[in-house]
Amino acid sequence: MTELTSAASTAPIYVYEKPVRLWHSLNALLIVVLSVTGYLIADPLASLKGEASEHFLMGYIRFVHFSAGYLLSIALLFRLYWAYAGNEHARQIFLPPLLKTHYWQGVFHEVLWYLFLVKEPRKYIGHNPLAILAMHFVFVWGVLFMIVTGFALYGEGAGQGRWQHTFFSSWVLPLFGSSQSLHSWHHLFMWLIICFVLVHIYVALREDRLSRQSMLSTIVTGWRTFKDDRPVDDESGA
Amino acid sequence: MTETFYDVMRRQGITRRSFLKFCSLTAASLGLAPSFAPKIAHAMETKPRIPVLWLHGLECTCCSESFIRSGHPLAKDVILSMLSLDYDDTIMAAAGHNAEAIVTEIVEKYKGNYILAVEGNPPLAEDGMYCIIGGKPFVEQLKYAAESCKAIISWGSCASWGCVQAAKPNPTRATPVHKVPGLANKPIIKVPGCPPIAEVMTAVVAYLLTFDKLPTLDRQGRPQMFYSQRIHDKCYRRPHFDAGQFVEHWDDEAARQGHCLYKMGCKGPTTYNACSTVRWNEGVSFPIQSGHGCIGCSEDGFWDKGSFYERLTDINQFGIEANADAVGGTAAALVGAGIAAHAGLTALNRAKQPGAEKQ
Repeated sequence: MTELTSAASTAPIYVYEKPVRLWHSLNALLIVVLSVTGYLIADPLASLKGEASEHFLMGYIRFVHFSAGYLLSIALLFRLYWAYAGNEHARQIFLPPLLKTHYWQGVFHEVLWYLFLVKEPRKYIGHNPLAILAMHFVFVWGVLFMIVTGFALYGEGAGQGRWQHTFFSSWVLPLFGSSQSLHSWHHLFMWLIICFVLVHIYVALREDRLSRQSMLSTIVTGWRTFKDDRPVDDESGA
Repeated sequence: MTETFYDVMRRQGITRRSFLKFCSLTAASLGLAPSFAPKIAHAMETKPRIPVLWLHGLECTCCSESFIRSGHPLAKDVILSMLSLDYDDTIMAAAGHNAEAIVTEIVEKYKGNYILAVEGNPPLAEDGMYCIIGGKPFVEQLKYAAESCKAIISWGSCASWGCVQAAKPNPTRATPVHKVPGLANKPIIKVPGCPPIAEVMTAVVAYLLTFDKLPTLDRQGRPQMFYSQRIHDKCYRRPHFDAGQFVEHWDDEAARQGHCLYKMGCKGPTTYNACSTVRWNEGVSFPIQSGHGCIGCSEDGFWDKGSFYERLTDINQFGIEANADAVGGTAAALVGAGIAAHAGLTALNRAKQPGAEKQ
């Protein structure tokens, strides 16, 4: 890492391994599916005519939502394992270096960059410090919140004695006071994640054009390329 | 002087045949095996009668009204005869100081061996002056009676959660029983609902008196046998929900067909109660069957969750009437506008820097 930093070259670096990239695309797909189906569960489509036995629309929508929720959870579990098994960049969004001054200086610089107050952003191999902050606190914890509340809601229907109820509903429901409040929080956090996605896509597009390293191509290939040959500012070991 | 339940029942003119019928019925309603009917009978023949002291705080008496209309007259008669209704200010014969003396008498005579049933809750503001019983704040009577009771039954949503008098802004600081500070540490059974179902109430009392122990409670202190499933889970209109067939207006064809009331704000999916199985008035009907959505009356704070006719909860912290979609949608729109503005500024900024395009 330190050698790389001092090498200060424009040579591409392999940052995001295949499982990380796969997780990213899967999450993108699942979040769209979960948001659409989740919204339709709270606010269903126009009523269907005819006999109840002829339709199963809500049933299918809920099935898709639950399946996608399971996939999201399993994917997160796998990703947590990969944070341990993968390279150093794989744990960046799970373990932000919150106690390091250099990191916070980086955050501050990035904020100034977005406020048009500095001419140039810093150069990073991994995520920039502000991105790490947002991904950790909004995305990772947001998704974890959705998984926990989601399983708690699922456990309500699954019933007592099922593991979803034992491990989630049994303590989450009393925590939120009522099922109604739990539904509201689950719904609100969907909007939080939608806001995150909007900002995430915008800054990725913007950084791709204006930052000093590659963005969109890195999502696909995992290789980071650089636009200048000055040293990178990554927190060593971050 | 130790009368058994059976003695009391016989004295009230209940035949042995009726008594045995009641035992089977209670076993069935508690979800027990048929072999439990003789056990219940044996317990009632041998155990001394436990008096139940029924106190009333801030309430509307709908719990009592429900209780005395228990679907099976048999169960009602038997349970009522099991209860020592010497003190129940709605239906007792005594009045004034004589009536108040009965509370002291029961507390002294059956120390540690009576059940305290509380209907309603005490207001704590102004030292409890918003609910005066016999010249003293109700909260004092409650604490006094709770001190030497065996267990407390919180009847209805008032005693369990606070209900309407504890709804925002709760000027009298009406407080549910389990949150009253300084109350003796006794087991509390919550039987929420506004009112609770009569059969549920009688079954809880029967369970307590015959088995001499609390029924299994969930984490929120409600008997699991009646509050472990949502109305929605056992609703007879559930197939219409799964099919995606909803009532959209009170007078549309779907309403006449009896489709799901989800879009009309039915709280069935978030309400734990036995209405869709036990039903009301001898199993005649329940709100959803009558064509109106569930209002979630057995849930904590149901008055403060916004309209009975909207699925989404109002989020009052935002000052105006708002729900998750209004708040979230506004946030998303603001973020979108912010992004557009930021992108515009970025473009402008780039245009001002002549060297920028070279990169």
